[in-house]
Amino acid sequence: MFREITLGQYYPADSPIHRLDPRVKLAGTLIYIIALFVAKGLVCYLFAFLFLVAVVRLSTVPASFLLRGLKGVLILLLFSVSFNLFLTKGTVLVALGPLKITLEGVKMAFYMALRLVLLITGSTIMTLTTTPNDLTNGMEKGLGFLKVIKVPVHEIAMMMSIALRFIPILVEETDKIMKAQMARGADFENGKLLQRVKSLVPILVPLFISAFRRASDLALAMEARCYHGGEGRTRMKPLRYHSADGYAYLTLFAFLGLMIVLRKLAPVWV
Amino acid sequence: MSIEISNLNAVYNAGLPYEVHALTDIDLTIHDGEFVGLAGHTGSGKSTLIQHINGLLKPTSGTIKVNGEDIHAEGYNLRLLRTRVGLVFQYPEHQLFEADVLSDVAFGPKNQGLTKEEAAEKAKEALALVGMDESFYGLSPFELSGGQKRRVAIAGMLAMDPEVLILDEPTAGLDPMGRDEILGELKKLHEEKHLTVILVSHSMEDLGQYAERIVVMSGGKVVMDGTPKEVFSHSEELTAIGLAVPQVTSVCRMLADAGWPVENNVTTVEEAKRQILAALGKALPEEEGAHVS
Amino acid sequence: MGIIRTAKLIYDYIRMDDEGQPSEKNRAVDNVDVDIEKGSFVAILGHNGSGKSTLAKHFNALLAPTSGTVWVGEKDTSLDENILPVRMTAGMVFQNPDNQIIANVVEEDVGFGPENMGVPTDDIWKRVDESLEAVGMTAYRKASPNRLSGGQKQRVAIAGVMAMKPACIVMDEPTAMLDPSGRKEVIRTVHELNKKEGITVILITHYMNEVTDADRVIVMDKGSIVMDGTPREIFSRVEELHACRLDVPQATELAYELRKEGVDLPADILTPEELAGALCQLR
Repeated sequence: MFREITLGQYYPADSPIHRLDPRVKLAGTLIYIIALFVAKGLVCYLFAFLFLVAVVRLSTVPASFLLRGLKGVLILLLFSVSFNLFLTKGTVLVALGPLKITLEGVKMAFYMALRLVLLITGSTIMTLTTTPNDLTNGMEKGLGFLKVIKVPVHEIAMMMSIALRFIPILVEETDKIMKAQMARGADFENGKLLQRVKSLVPILVPLFISAFRRASDLALAMEARCYHGGEGRTRMKPLRYHSADGYAYLTLFAFLGLMIVLRKLAPVWV
Repeated sequence: MSIEISNLNAVYNAGLPYEVHALTDIDLTIHDGEFVGLAGHTGSGKSTLIQHINGLLKPTSGTIKVNGEDIHAEGYNLRLLRTRVGLVFQYPEHQLFEADVLSDVAFGPKNQGLTKEEAAEKAKEALALVGMDESFYGLSPFELSGGQKRRVAIAGMLAMDPEVLILDEPTAGLDPMGRDEILGELKKLHEEKHLTVILVSHSMEDLGQYAERIVVMSGGKVVMDGTPKEVFSHSEELTAIGLAVPQVTSVCRMLADAGWPVENNVTTVEEAKRQILAALGKALPEEEGAHVS
Repeated sequence: MGIIRTAKLIYDYIRMDDEGQPSEKNRAVDNVDVDIEKGSFVAILGHNGSGKSTLAKHFNALLAPTSGTVWVGEKDTSLDENILPVRMTAGMVFQNPDNQIIANVVEEDVGFGPENMGVPTDDIWKRVDESLEAVGMTAYRKASPNRLSGGQKQRVAIAGVMAMKPACIVMDEPTAMLDPSGRKEVIRTVHELNKKEGITVILITHYMNEVTDADRVIVMDKGSIVMDGTPREIFSRVEELHACRLDVPQATELAYELRKEGVDLPADILTPEELAGALCQLR
């Protein structure tokens, strides 16, 4: 039952976007998000949308894949839309008892939905085109400057990469533990809230014990293979920028610049 | 308690490119009071099959009848079924969670609705059955040795008074003595409590010694089903699906091929010894010499 | 002097009570003197709790002796400055295949050891290629470890050790969690490494069938070495093995039973073929 959950979804393909340095994709996502917050007015969003479409086309990720990602946040989307729709003050269009829909509310809700969809789709593209490994590598290298202020960047990246490796193992193990307890007559589906919470104990205890055991085994195995922190470590796959990465940076900044210019030029309500 | 499986299919990820046929057209009947060995290499479908038998997995198609009743019929009590068809998973670590052995074994009976005292009584009986005395009651299950953990896990199931006991590789990772102890206790339970036992194992040596019937699975299908002797006479087929006949079977087979009057499907060291001695014209050991030829 | 040597090695597990005071002492390794010859294939047998795994962890400086000394490649493992050289000399493969693979891609895991050792990038790639080739896992280099079988995962773990170019590989029950075909796969791989690459192998196990091809078998019980010899010498002592909670391969057991009944068989039979052959000589 847990098998359907996929974490750190990656869409394997060999596209120009896939080949980009993970640092570019991380920074790019950040720039894109900033650009979305700069955006104001329909023209801005139109360009943001076109930019996203271009990136998606380049990445060869099918649109259905992206839409599936949106399904997961539908509730969030509906929530923020209705929140804006009903709680914005202004010219009343329709009144349903105490709930009033205003013209400003409709506008706000529309832009909010648009912004969220663009934001989520854009960051999904990043995770879909970057392997979790590259992502942690990119973070380690890209955030290396934080080492100066004593942030343990290498250790954090190592922890993330180990977590990525063990999440599927622990998910499968949870499934096995649940089955083992169900075979002993445990009931996870019925009962009041308190009972349900209590019924989790027989799952959580074996799971935690197993996780600790795995952690201590892994620590031993890492030590046995001469692991002693990030110092003096070389890389099998060091990150190196290529010319495509430079062009990608240029494009991203151009896009951000365009957004700023459009925000100034374009009338607010077009 | 009889289990009747007919036309059972299990398909995962149906329709997707990575569709898996875990089980294909399984027809199998387990009779009351049998000691059945279920053999097959990893991925042969044996673990999937046993999880269907006690209703943890729902078949894609086909039926499972326990005592003539379809377990997926409307209103059938699956929780009750699981207490009657007890399944002990491979790693006891997956089920032990209480602070002490006695409470852990009492978890099952408590789920059956017994009071704390009744459950503790059941737990004590079950622990006695697997050879664990009072001195173990207060110990933490996590401090026990591998063999002891397994026994606690088995007791946890026995405490619910099942009629069928299914064990998934109960001896994996145990040393030879630990293995013999667990299997010996199972045999005793089978004989004394008339428990139906389904033992999943890939050790043909163990199955040859303990099981009355061996069901061999490969690629999600039942490929052989018979007494150990019947199954072991197909040594080439077994080798082809990644299972080996016991060494004694190979020895006798080689001897039979060389013209010795021994059977090519011997199952235990005892039997091989008797037949070889007879072939050599030696006196048979007294206690075994029932049918001197 | 061999690649690994111990002198009067003793190791006590100390249990602490709630106040952090030692409350219980458990002697896991008791006065062990052993000398492992370079290039040999040595199996260490013993039941669970016999001290064999504790002994093995000393060979990789994962444990330091309570008293006595361990030398790996002539370096004393108890000295801090020797820890990394010792671990580069004697690599270790553990029981649970899942809990020793660190990376999410096979080839990256194999490269993990060399990365830690500070090997230059080009050289890491060369080592990874060679190690994957040596264990026959080149085809899976881009795969996720989660998609591999138990036997394949252990071969990846072995490759990960090989990439560190150790002189010796210590395997702590590498087959205990595998099925029969996985077991065969792993044992075949280490035998090949021993023969082709001349690497010293120390295999810790309780499966008798895995040690019949070893050069030397050491049997441990209660923390001490109780038997030491070739597989033939060891397996002819069936009763002593039983006393150590161990059994012998079925063919050896059958030969032993037949000899007890007066059948004139050699005492050192290891395989079904040998037994059938010896019996055919008699008739």
